[in-house]
Amino acid sequence: MPFTPTPARPAPISQMGVIGWLRKNLFSNIPNTLLSLVALYVVWQVLSSVISWAFINADWVGSSRADCTSDGACWVFVSVRLNQFIYGFYPAEARWRPNLAFALLVGFLIWLAVPRIPYKKLGGILALTAFPVAAYFLLYGGAFGLPVVPTSRWGGLLLTIVLAVIGIVLAMPIGIALALGRRSNMPAVRLVCTIFIEFWRGVPLITILFMASVMLPLFFAEGVSIDRLIRALIGITLFQSAYMAEVVRGGLQALGKGQYEAADALGLSYWQKMNLIILPQALKIMIPGIVNTTISLWKDTSLVVIIGLLEVLGQVRQALADPNWLGFPAEGYIFAALTFWVFCFSMSRFSQYLERRLDTGHKN
Amino acid sequence: MTTNEKTEYNGPAIEIKGMNKWYGDFHVLKDINLEVARGERIVICGPSGSGKSTLIRCINRLEEHQEGDIIVDGMPLINDLKKINAIRKEVGMVFQHFNLFPHLTVLENCSLAPIWVKKMPKKEAEAIGMKFLERVKIPEQAHKYPGQLSGGQQQRVAIARSLCMSPRIMLFDEPTSALDPEMISEVLDVMVELAQEGMTMLCVTHEMGFAKKVADRVIFMDGGEIVEQNEPNEFFNNPQEERTRLFLSQILGH
Repeated sequence: MPFTPTPARPAPISQMGVIGWLRKNLFSNIPNTLLSLVALYVVWQVLSSVISWAFINADWVGSSRADCTSDGACWVFVSVRLNQFIYGFYPAEARWRPNLAFALLVGFLIWLAVPRIPYKKLGGILALTAFPVAAYFLLYGGAFGLPVVPTSRWGGLLLTIVLAVIGIVLAMPIGIALALGRRSNMPAVRLVCTIFIEFWRGVPLITILFMASVMLPLFFAEGVSIDRLIRALIGITLFQSAYMAEVVRGGLQALGKGQYEAADALGLSYWQKMNLIILPQALKIMIPGIVNTTISLWKDTSLVVIIGLLEVLGQVRQALADPNWLGFPAEGYIFAALTFWVFCFSMSRFSQYLERRLDTGHKN
Repeated sequence: MTTNEKTEYNGPAIEIKGMNKWYGDFHVLKDINLEVARGERIVICGPSGSGKSTLIRCINRLEEHQEGDIIVDGMPLINDLKKINAIRKEVGMVFQHFNLFPHLTVLENCSLAPIWVKKMPKKEAEAIGMKFLERVKIPEQAHKYPGQLSGGQQQRVAIARSLCMSPRIMLFDEPTSALDPEMISEVLDVMVELAQEGMTMLCVTHEMGFAKKVADRVIFMDGGEIVEQNEPNEFFNNPQEERTRLFLSQILGH
């Protein structure tokens, strides 16, 4: 008789589906059932009061605090101040400029991230050359008939995005160079890179920002002053590149020795080996680490308040101090938290998507 | 272009004279003297830790030796990246764990070095890649990733990848040790074919059947030394040294 494999049978119904899951995890015996019911009750109590405060009893429309009559949340505070939270003190008639810059940024991200859109190389080159120039003139002005908007008027979400995006984009290549340097065979290069990384990693960002604003000017000649935003960016970039370097080094070390040896045995030069074999694989391994440091930088940008730059959180706190709007800290902070969360969570999901897409099913 | 200007050196393929190597304080290779003639096929065997892998890895400078001379294809192996890369162009290597590049397709694995090291146009490099993938009998896998292939197929791709650089010497570092038993023969078949075409080969392997079939010389190493070498018939039937006999009884005994 020829061999016929036994057909696979489905698992028992009680093991599967919602009912099966509930029975297995929440109601498996009497103590577990009691605990589950108590927990459900607590969750319901908390959720119902939060929902009634934030949605049911909340005031949504109006233009002053007099419109907040119910005892729920006063979202009027946020909606009245929304422009300030997003743009800081950027002039109202020029707000289309950051809007356009942001739209371009999103456009480039979509171009580079969605596999179906062709000309990725062109997109990458434009995103790193034309886009920064365009964004500079859009945001700062001073050419093409666009009036100058000094950086002291930038703020809110606009400032958060500027600081985080520029910080990450500049820190990436510096970080890669530092990581390669730290693993170099040349002792001098290795020493310099190690010292650089360990110095910047060992100092809190808030100290670096403080130094950038207080100490740095002491080294310049009288009358020479560097824009406060630039100083903050230099500090953030150096700080971030040290962290990035360690993420990159982790990725380089995670790759098997065999990949280096195979590239060597084929006669590839050091830079060919790095660019063609090692970095493409290492960067894939590094995605979670890179996104992790990016998210943490995104939130750390709120520290620039120490040198008088007001990003989202800074603007919220400033608005809370307005005598006409005293007494709405919860609304303000919830808005700030939600803003951060939306961006950070999107980045986290995007990184998971990237990991799945780049997975070729085999680790070295 | 480089293929035409390649000087046809016809002396020994490899000469190793008085070579010593240490890992820190540990003396891995002791006074190695070895001359490999052009077209000669050598099988190196020995217990693990005997230095046989280290020996062939010194030939393309994956490991650095501290004393003695290694001359590959007429070029002395010295501490100069240009010279080392010139030698690596002439010496192909196949690893125990294949070491294919997992982020590149099979064909890209093969065409990469011709494109970047030999500066060959992409079309031409891919044609060469396909030619060698046909030789190892897996042209239909050209556009898959290494992770989608079986171990035996991956090792055949690795052999094709090396051959694409048209090396004059091939080094095999235990090419079948990481394979499931049913895949060993497909890799050995490719190696036998290569041997019959006159490629100079140095093979670290425990496949004694392969040694008997194609080797011109079998070298037995133990404790970092070449203990005994002979043509296969004599080596297997009439080993001179006690250590060789013990080793042969251990690997042939079961």
